[in-house]
Amino acid sequence: MEHSSLAGRIFRGVALTLILIFFMFPIVWIFLMSFQTNEQILRIPPRILFEPTLANYEALISGQLRTAAGNLQISFMRNLFNSVVLSSAAVVLALLLGVPAAYAFARFKFRLGESIAFTLLSFRFAPPLLVLLPLSLYYQELGLNDTYFGIVWVYQLIALPLILWIVRGYFEDISPDIEHAYRLAGHSWREAFTRIAVPLAGPGIAAAGLLSFIFCWNNFVFALILASADKQPVTVGALAFVTASGIQYGQIAAAIVLSVTPTLLLALYAQRYLVEGLSLGAVKG
Amino acid sequence: MARLEINAVSKAFGAARPADGLSLAVEPGEIVAVFGPSGSGKTVLLRMIAGMFEPDDGDITIGGRSVVGAPPERRGIGMAFQNFALFPHMTARDNIASGLRAGGNEVAGRVAAISKLLKIEHVLGHAPRELSNGQKQRTALARALIGNPDVLLLDDPLRNVDAKLRYEMRLELPNLLRRGTAAVLYVTQDYREAMAIADRIAVLIDGRLAQVATPADIYAQPASVAIARLFGDPTINLAEVSPVAEHGMLSADVAGARMRLEAADGAAPAGPCWLGVRPEDIAISSASADDAIPARILAITPMHEKAVLLLRLADGTEWLAALPPDAPHGAADDNVFVRFVPDAAMLFDRASGLRIGASHRLKAA
Repeated sequence: MEHSSLAGRIFRGVALTLILIFFMFPIVWIFLMSFQTNEQILRIPPRILFEPTLANYEALISGQLRTAAGNLQISFMRNLFNSVVLSSAAVVLALLLGVPAAYAFARFKFRLGESIAFTLLSFRFAPPLLVLLPLSLYYQELGLNDTYFGIVWVYQLIALPLILWIVRGYFEDISPDIEHAYRLAGHSWREAFTRIAVPLAGPGIAAAGLLSFIFCWNNFVFALILASADKQPVTVGALAFVTASGIQYGQIAAAIVLSVTPTLLLALYAQRYLVEGLSLGAVKG
Repeated sequence: MARLEINAVSKAFGAARPADGLSLAVEPGEIVAVFGPSGSGKTVLLRMIAGMFEPDDGDITIGGRSVVGAPPERRGIGMAFQNFALFPHMTARDNIASGLRAGGNEVAGRVAAISKLLKIEHVLGHAPRELSNGQKQRTALARALIGNPDVLLLDDPLRNVDAKLRYEMRLELPNLLRRGTAAVLYVTQDYREAMAIADRIAVLIDGRLAQVATPADIYAQPASVAIARLFGDPTINLAEVSPVAEHGMLSADVAGARMRLEAADGAAPAGPCWLGVRPEDIAISSASADDAIPARILAITPMHEKAVLLLRLADGTEWLAALPPDAPHGAADDNVFVRFVPDAAMLFDRASGLRIGASHRLKAA
């Protein structure tokens, strides 16, 4: 690195800037859009400088959408709340079920073990729409339609395989000797699991949890079919902005900013744990 | 105070039989080295005692009570692993203290005492990744020792430390291990380590114990050719001979020379034998004699503490000789004559590989 020439460093800087602009531009543009009215957004040519307005956020938070065709009730805040509840509950449930299962798959060879693990993964192969039709019939029968529990359950199709397969790899990377050493020191296997295996697989569990949270958060079709308005997350709620008098770009932008914020904060917070501890190096191979 | 007893233990993994009817007893306070080539089943034996595998057959008792089927945490065993197996998310202090169940002041005192003994007091606050390999290994040893276990299992603990530290630890370990009354099983692939540390050596070959004896006995009286070849550097020289008895003495033709072998108390063994002579028992001279093998020096490796000579005997067999560096030994391409003391020669049955005349040697010892 020290030997790189001035030209090389300038080139690297320019390249990094271009890549950064390429990836960040949509996010920045949406952020700017969220402070503009529909007229400001749609004028040609677009302008960087504008009179910022908080009208979009006010409309979202108050639930009153004013369009040319009149006032519309929207429940964006309710949707946002639903998203947080549904995604968090789904990830917590998937972690409770998936982490012990991943440990079992990593440590023990048992009959049909690989088949079970693969079946769980295969849930991700099927197009969700294919699953949804029979599922919605079952849900109606069971009374699970339009319940938080029903949606959290169906979200396991997204979260559980992801957590199982990512965390399993992390458990397999931990030398079994470390757990044997802890057991020989007089601890039960339960203690070895909770105090050795789970902390050491921590970064993997965090990564898998974060990833499945994002997948659940972004899911659209499950909640569209299986839930009614008051249980629907933001992804489905965003449909409300396509109104009779046109698409409300300003509100959509504001809604995106609000709905991306929790995931973004979570990712920034978890990033620390994702990197930390990946090179603990207590075992010499 | 508990005796470790392994009774006819067998274990198979598919076609492989890493333990095939093993029986071994280790007294409290005794150090037994389990020595054998890699893949001979040393680690499997240790892991069966520790409770990571259960034997298919046979019994393992500690202090007279069978531990087969008992979970590892109830066996009263301390273990140090070849790869250290420290807990990466705990400090060295917590690693060592994890071996103790009791809480309070006692823990701090015992951690302090054991870390002083192992000279790692200054790194107790460090995480494993901040320790050198030597310190990691001492931490792992401290963790195994702190609970005063009845049985201490050491799985090649010096494998991953550098040569200087390995020498230091070879001197230090026997004293350290004898402080307690634990029955110690020490697995190693290095015969020098086994000889330096152990009271007795159990030689494990292909899942069977080939010989269990003191280091001196194993070196002087190996039970078979295979064992003789495992101990010694350079390895033992072999020649195929058919000994004959004359006047109560055994002798054999080696590359055209009639060599006297050890005094036999019986008749000459029937059939062909392996003659084994350790490189350090060989003497070189430039003077011809009836009882000296003509040979040619092919190469000389000076190793400062000794010189190793590669010799070609008159019949083409290649032997090694290890001589004191100042002993006259000639130069490469010299023609020389090789002799050895009759007592130093060992005879092994050609077919079974077992040593012949062991009874005689045992009487002399």
